[in-house]
Amino acid sequence: MPEDPIRRKLVIQYAPKLTACGVHLAKGGVRILDGVDLEVESGQFVAVIGPSGAGKSTLLSLLAGLESPDAGLVEKDGVPLVGPGAVAYMPQSDLLLPWRSVVANVSLGLEATGASKREAREKAMRALERFGLEEFARVSPWALSGGMRSRVALLRTALLGRDVLLLDEPFGALDALTRRELQEWLIGVRDELAATIVLVTHDVDEALLLADRVVVLSRRPARVALSLPVELERPRKMAVETTEEFAQLKGRLLEALGIVH
Amino acid sequence: MKPRTLKLRTVRALPAILLALLALAAWELAVRVFAIPEFLLPGPSAIAEVFWESRGLLLEHAIPTAGEALAGFLGAAITGLLSGVLINRSPLAERALYPWLVASQTLPVIAIAPILVTWFGYGPLPKVLVVVLFCFFPITVATVDGLRATDPDLIRLMRSFGASRRKTFFMVEAPGALPFLFGGLRLAVTYCVIGAVIGEWVGSSKGLGFLMIQDKAQFEIPRLFAEIAVLSAMGVSLFLFVALVQRLTAPWTLRER
Repeated sequence: MPEDPIRRKLVIQYAPKLTACGVHLAKGGVRILDGVDLEVESGQFVAVIGPSGAGKSTLLSLLAGLESPDAGLVEKDGVPLVGPGAVAYMPQSDLLLPWRSVVANVSLGLEATGASKREAREKAMRALERFGLEEFARVSPWALSGGMRSRVALLRTALLGRDVLLLDEPFGALDALTRRELQEWLIGVRDELAATIVLVTHDVDEALLLADRVVVLSRRPARVALSLPVELERPRKMAVETTEEFAQLKGRLLEALGIVH
Repeated sequence: MKPRTLKLRTVRALPAILLALLALAAWELAVRVFAIPEFLLPGPSAIAEVFWESRGLLLEHAIPTAGEALAGFLGAAITGLLSGVLINRSPLAERALYPWLVASQTLPVIAIAPILVTWFGYGPLPKVLVVVLFCFFPITVATVDGLRATDPDLIRLMRSFGASRRKTFFMVEAPGALPFLFGGLRLAVTYCVIGAVIGEWVGSSKGLGFLMIQDKAQFEIPRLFAEIAVLSAMGVSLFLFVALVQRLTAPWTLRER
C-alpha cells in the first residue's frame, strides 16, 4: 500500500474492485485451487461456474477474507485482504435465525458490526419497504416460503452497504420455478444494490442470464478454464434464453466445462 | 391461549385422567374388599381425609421444602450455566473440569448429605447444597451441548460480517443453545424436590422430609402418603413453571420443525 495519499487514491480508483492472483489453496493435503486468477471490475457482475467440488465456494470464501490462500494474493481496491468484514457474503443456506423476526434477521449484520439496535432495525425496515417485503417484517422465518427466505437472506447481505456482494449459490436450494422468480427479482433489484457482484452457481443458464462475465473453473485442482464476456442486451428478460446468441454462449460454456465437445 | 387449543388439550389429557381415576377406584376398592389395615396401605379416601385435617401442618412444612428446592434449583442453574459456558469457551477448562464434574455425579449424594449437615448445621443451607449437587450436572451438559451444536456456517456468517467473538456468542451461540438449555432445566427441576427431601431426612427441624421421618416413626401412614402427594404436586408445579418460563421467554424453541 503506497504511503502517498494521492497515489493511494489513484490505486483505489484504477485498481480492479477485486483481484485474485495466482491463488493456491490445499485442504487436508488435497489441492483445491491451483493458481486461480480473477479480476472483477467495479460494478461488474461476474458469475463463477464449474463442476461440483471444483472449489467455487472455496474461491468465494477467499474473496470474503474468511480463508487465506497458501500462495497468491487476494486484493480489494488494490489492497491485500487481511480478514473478513470488508465485503458482504451470502452463504449457500439462508441461515435465518428462528428467534428473530424477518426485520430482525435483516438487521443482523448491522447489529453484529456495532450499529445500535434501533438504528439497525429502522434501516432494515426501510430496506424491506424498498424491496416490497414490508408485510413480512414481523413474521417469523419459519412461516416463509423458500423463495422468501432467500430474498430476506439476500437483503440481510445487501443491507451491510458494502460495495462488493459475494453470493454462494443463493438459489441452489430452490425449486426451478422459484429460482426463475428469484433470478428475475435479482435482475430487477441489481441497480438498487449498486455493488460489484460475484455469484457462484452450478447453473449455466443462471450465469448467462445474470452476469456480465462468466468465469469457468476447471476440475479440481481448479484453474480458470475460460473467462467469457456476456454481451447480451440489458436489462435482460427471461426471453433472452431462447435467442441464438444465448445458445452460442451456452455452447462455449458447456464446452469449457467439458460437457459438450 | 385460544379456546380451541385449550379444548384440544383437555381432550388429549382425557386418557391420562381417566386412567388415574380408574387406578384410584381400584385402589380404594382393594383396600376395602381385602380389609387392608391402614398402617400398611391406606385407601385414597383415608389419605384425602388426613390431608384435609392436617392441611395447616402440611402447608407449614411444605413452604421450607419448596424454598430449599427452588433456591437449590436456581443455584444449580447458575453454576450449571457458568460451568457449561466456561467448558465451551476454554479447552483447558474442559480438560481440567469436565472429568471431575462427571466424577462428582458418581458420588452418592445421600452419603454426602450428613457431612454437609455436620459442616453447615440444621439450617436450610445444607439442603440447598444437596439440591445443587443433584441438579447442576444436567444443566452443565445441556449448556455445553447446546453451545457446541451451533451451526458452523452461522459462525462463518457472523465472521463474514466482521462481528466480534463476543457479539457472535450473544447474538448466535447463546440463543441457539436455548432449546438444549431448557431441556436440561426441565430434567433438573424434577430432581430438585427429591434433593430437598433427602437433605431434610438427614437432619432438620422442619420441612416435609422432617415430617415424613416423624410420621413414619409414629405410624402415621396415611399422612405419610399425603406428604408424598404434596411433594409430587410440588415437583409437577415446578416442572410446569419451567415450561411456562420457556413458553414466555423463548416460544420458538417449542415449535415443531
